[in-house]
Amino acid sequence: MILLDRVTKTYNKNLGPALDRVSLHVEPKEFVIVVGQSGAGKSTLLKLLTREERPSSGKIIIGGIDYDKLRDRDIPILRRKIGVVFQDFKLLPNRTVFENVAFALEIVGASRKEIENTVPKVLDIVNLKDKQARMPQELSGGERQRVAIARAIVRQPKILIADEPTGNLDPKHAWDVINVLEKINRYGTTVLLTTHNQDIVNKLKRRVVTIDHGRVASDKAHSSYTAAMKSTQKPAEK
Amino acid sequence: MKRKFITFGRIIRTGMVNFVRGLWLALAAMAIMIITLTIILFSVIVNATFGHTVDQIASQVDVSVFLKDEVSDAQAKQFVADIKKQSIVKKVEYLNKQQAQANFIKQNGGNQSLQTAVIETGNPIPATVHVYPTDLNEINNIKNFLTKPQYQKLQTPDSPSYKGDRKKAIDNITHATNILRRAGVAAVIIFAFISVLIIFNTIQMAIFNRRDELQIMRLLGASTWFIRGPFVVESIIYGLLSAVASILIINALFVTASSSLQATSFGLLDISYSQNFFEDHYWILLAIQLTLGILIGAISSIIAIRRYLKFKTSKK
Repeated sequence: MILLDRVTKTYNKNLGPALDRVSLHVEPKEFVIVVGQSGAGKSTLLKLLTREERPSSGKIIIGGIDYDKLRDRDIPILRRKIGVVFQDFKLLPNRTVFENVAFALEIVGASRKEIENTVPKVLDIVNLKDKQARMPQELSGGERQRVAIARAIVRQPKILIADEPTGNLDPKHAWDVINVLEKINRYGTTVLLTTHNQDIVNKLKRRVVTIDHGRVASDKAHSSYTAAMKSTQKPAEK
Repeated sequence: MKRKFITFGRIIRTGMVNFVRGLWLALAAMAIMIITLTIILFSVIVNATFGHTVDQIASQVDVSVFLKDEVSDAQAKQFVADIKKQSIVKKVEYLNKQQAQANFIKQNGGNQSLQTAVIETGNPIPATVHVYPTDLNEINNIKNFLTKPQYQKLQTPDSPSYKGDRKKAIDNITHATNILRRAGVAAVIIFAFISVLIIFNTIQMAIFNRRDELQIMRLLGASTWFIRGPFVVESIIYGLLSAVASILIINALFVTASSSLQATSFGLLDISYSQNFFEDHYWILLAIQLTLGILIGAISSIIAIRRYLKFKTSKK
């Protein structure tokens, strides 16, 4: 489903590569957690997957699409196939909860009827059905993040990428968000989650990929946070 | 196909909603567009009026040929026919001796003694050919044609009349009209250019305010037209409304206030001609203004938003 082959990304030659020959293979329906310290290269990895950045070298293939052969005008089509949840939510400020989620469907030219059918169902999955008409600024952080998740899954993508979705949330809300991700994964979506949160990694007991100084330091099935971080050069302080 | 149709409708609707929501910015952009389009329209009318004045002056300029008395009627007719064949000649008037005399008397109607003198001396006025050029700049070529030996021998020594003072006067008029025409065209182009820059800036400011929104749309996989379309629609609405407003302003200026305008002297400008020109070309001017409004709006917004829609192409 996701294939990276010796992917290197260098922003500035003096600083060395942000990602250094990273190879990663994620099967369909897998739930993969990516951990690593700040600046380890997690965000760069995700930006490469959504084609916000281009790799300096190496190959990326997602869902059969070879990024080397991707033309500019096909990038929107690629992004429609991947759901992305950002740490800073990235909700449209002038639109209601309903409109924010509907926007993802408007992009692909869904009819009004389709939108009116689908959006409430998805908002129900993230437990926000009663807050459809609210504006994003009237919601708590956890609620906003769940709107972002609803928006990411409303098009039923095969892949969901979540970049530290719990980074700004208290533990209770963080778990709300993780539960939703697990639910989506059970429905058959491949999930790629980056996080700093030890508790979440330990309880989920999923495959954990550790990135350290731009390299894959370890890649273990059903791992715990401590075990995963052991392989890094400098242990995390948390 | 159906999805494309839905998307097209959505782009138009979003553009209209944005127009209403961003009314203040819309008013700012439109104020500048209205001024621009009004200046352009005004320049076009003034230019046409200048052109008209210039044409009027030019149409009165001719090269006069005076024939010797011994030239026969047949020779004169042949000569006139030869002149008429030239493509640079607009009109030829031939007056035989009697007609020339009658014309001279008519032109000097107030001067009794001159009239008597002309009649008593047995008509010294030569048969005359007035040659009008298609274009003032062709006067020299006409003169060259008329002074060919076979034609020159038919003429009196002071013919043709494109010499000395008269030549100087004609040359001055030609020069002045050429400058006026070019100045008019240059003014229209300069005004149009400046206003496109200002409008472009205003729209870019509006887009800059919403750059985060554009980036989010991009990340969610919105196509270029899906993001750009509403901005273009919004700018086209500015253009359409501004075009109508500019026509109304000019209408107020030339039609409603024409009486007070005419009372003041504008020198070279014939206000009644301007008014007629505006009324005669009302629909075509409206069409031009609408087209300009749409083009200025659409092109400025497309260029202004381009920067925010680019994908990273470099590998660095």
